[in-house]
Amino acid sequence: MGRKLLLENAHIEGIRYYDTYRKNGGYAAAEKALKSMGPEAVLEEVKKSGLRGRGGAGFPTGMKWSFIAKPEGVPRYLVCNADESEPGTFKDRYLMEFLPHLLIEGLLISSFTLGANACYIYIRGEYAWIPDILEQAIAEAKNNGWLGKNIQGTGFDLEIYVQRGAGAYICGEETALIESLEGKRGNPRIKPPFPAVKGLWQCPTVVNNVETLAAVVPIVKYGGDEYIKLGTGKSTGTKLISACGNINKPGVYEIEMNISVEEFIFSDEYCGGIRNGKRLKACIPGGSSVPVLPANLLLKTAKGDTRMMTYESLADGGFATGSMLGSGGFIVMDEDQCIVKNTLTFARFYHHESCGQCSPCREGTGWMEKVLKNIDTGKGKMSDIDLLWDIQRKIEGNTICPLGDAAAWPVAAAIRHFRDEFEWHVKNPEEAQRRNFGLAHYADPLPVAATV
Amino acid sequence: MLFYISGEINCSCIYISLKKRKATGLFNYKLSIAVVQFSEEKLNKVKEIIARYPEGKQKSALIPVLHLAQEAFGGWLSAETMDYVASLLQIKPIEVYEVATFYSMFNLTPVGKYLFEVCQTGPCMVSGSDNIIDYIKSKLGIGVGETTADGMFTLKLVECLGACGYAPMMQLGKHYREHLTPAKVDDIIAECRAKAN
Repeated sequence: MGRKLLLENAHIEGIRYYDTYRKNGGYAAAEKALKSMGPEAVLEEVKKSGLRGRGGAGFPTGMKWSFIAKPEGVPRYLVCNADESEPGTFKDRYLMEFLPHLLIEGLLISSFTLGANACYIYIRGEYAWIPDILEQAIAEAKNNGWLGKNIQGTGFDLEIYVQRGAGAYICGEETALIESLEGKRGNPRIKPPFPAVKGLWQCPTVVNNVETLAAVVPIVKYGGDEYIKLGTGKSTGTKLISACGNINKPGVYEIEMNISVEEFIFSDEYCGGIRNGKRLKACIPGGSSVPVLPANLLLKTAKGDTRMMTYESLADGGFATGSMLGSGGFIVMDEDQCIVKNTLTFARFYHHESCGQCSPCREGTGWMEKVLKNIDTGKGKMSDIDLLWDIQRKIEGNTICPLGDAAAWPVAAAIRHFRDEFEWHVKNPEEAQRRNFGLAHYADPLPVAATV
Repeated sequence: MLFYISGEINCSCIYISLKKRKATGLFNYKLSIAVVQFSEEKLNKVKEIIARYPEGKQKSALIPVLHLAQEAFGGWLSAETMDYVASLLQIKPIEVYEVATFYSMFNLTPVGKYLFEVCQTGPCMVSGSDNIIDYIKSKLGIGVGETTADGMFTLKLVECLGACGYAPMMQLGKHYREHLTPAKVDDIIAECRAKAN
């Protein structure tokens, strides 16, 4: 069983509340950081730990923090990105619902390190019940001297506020999030300037994902050297994976980044195999934006190595034969699923969520949805498949923010790996309305485990 | 403009009523004027929200205040409600409109007492959300975006709500209803009807 750092106390009853959290070692890391380490030493540990942004991009957190500008007399802000909206991803929700104090402790240590006296948690609007949980935890922390003025007598002040969004995937992009926090439409900004220089209200700002900020707590607690011992290579520490789709045990799992994809899907400790004894067809390993992989490329890389649950191994082979760990939204599809229909739902999603600033994304996402809908409903032409390929290529890399890329990649990967299924839809429009294409050559290369 | 309107329903429909007037004739819609005004408690909440930001940055309170307004004024944002929010935050009405029209949680037309927001994105779709949507449609006798004749239920399809492991699901008010089955949908509808009576 892998070691747990974030969820190690998640099973304890009442861990949501301050007293229980504190009794089980909570706020010890904050105490250590504030009283005996100081900001530079914490930053050093975070850098040493190799922690990478858990929101999807995987950018080294220590490096991001070291970019923050420190002009005299200008406030700095820490913004916690809790706008978890990537289809397949629901890990931050779990952390906030069950371990709110872990996040608050992480925010305290991180704000202290960055020299920020105000921190905003920007949470997606639909998680409407979670702000209550967070605000209660904030009040408890404040009553116990962990927030407010002169925290634990160190002279450091910090206020944490919770702000709800109102339904916009794009606000997960850090500059769109900042715009939204300023009370505007979530239109991403042109970079540079980066938020570290000009962010919230034009002040230096760091935006980090919930899981990233929570991971700062075990890093301070055990030290960067200990953290780096977990995981593999540049994928250090543990990662939360939210597993969903046609598996026996959907849910949030904390994995040490040293297990194989096969183990993750088929072992009883994690997903517990494919539901109803079906076979694995395909999987999107890191949230809807990353390329979908057929079973044969998911479990083994093109070189024939075992595919591991790490940033590097999942990306092995580039987009030709690999994918990405992304946000850890692990979507598994069984033999009964239709790739065309599934790709259509994602194309519709990106069309719905495009902010409309850049024409390639605004027009292209709608166009892709329309063409996919035609193919799905039996009105497609063979040339539509090439047309889709052409549109996605013209979106990718031609937009201000990565939403354009995120919209293009799933379509590109679906055509790259499942072209025969698209062609079958076009050639057999009536049959395709009655049944799905099935497994074909990319079938699960493993013997089918007897899952009940 | 206000002179054309008299009658019963909540006033915040002035904007809609003017549009409809053009299409259907002046006196087909009876509307009344009620003042859009937060309660004392809500006004205090607004003050508390504004205090979270540095001075002069009260525009940041816009989205939280629009949430409050939508809750307080019938589950949707009329032009009047938006104008009221603009006046509270001392910003131009257009600044409110452009935000209200951007975010999918803000309803710009009236909705039923209970809004079923059913997720239709990939992970829910592979777990059978299409069947749930069809079931709700037939059970309530409404299409997507429609409201039942008694004004009780509106069906809205939404994109991923972050409950993929507990699919199929929908949002109802502040909370999620997960692992939906036709039987669960029946229970939810019955629960709503019971609450309304």
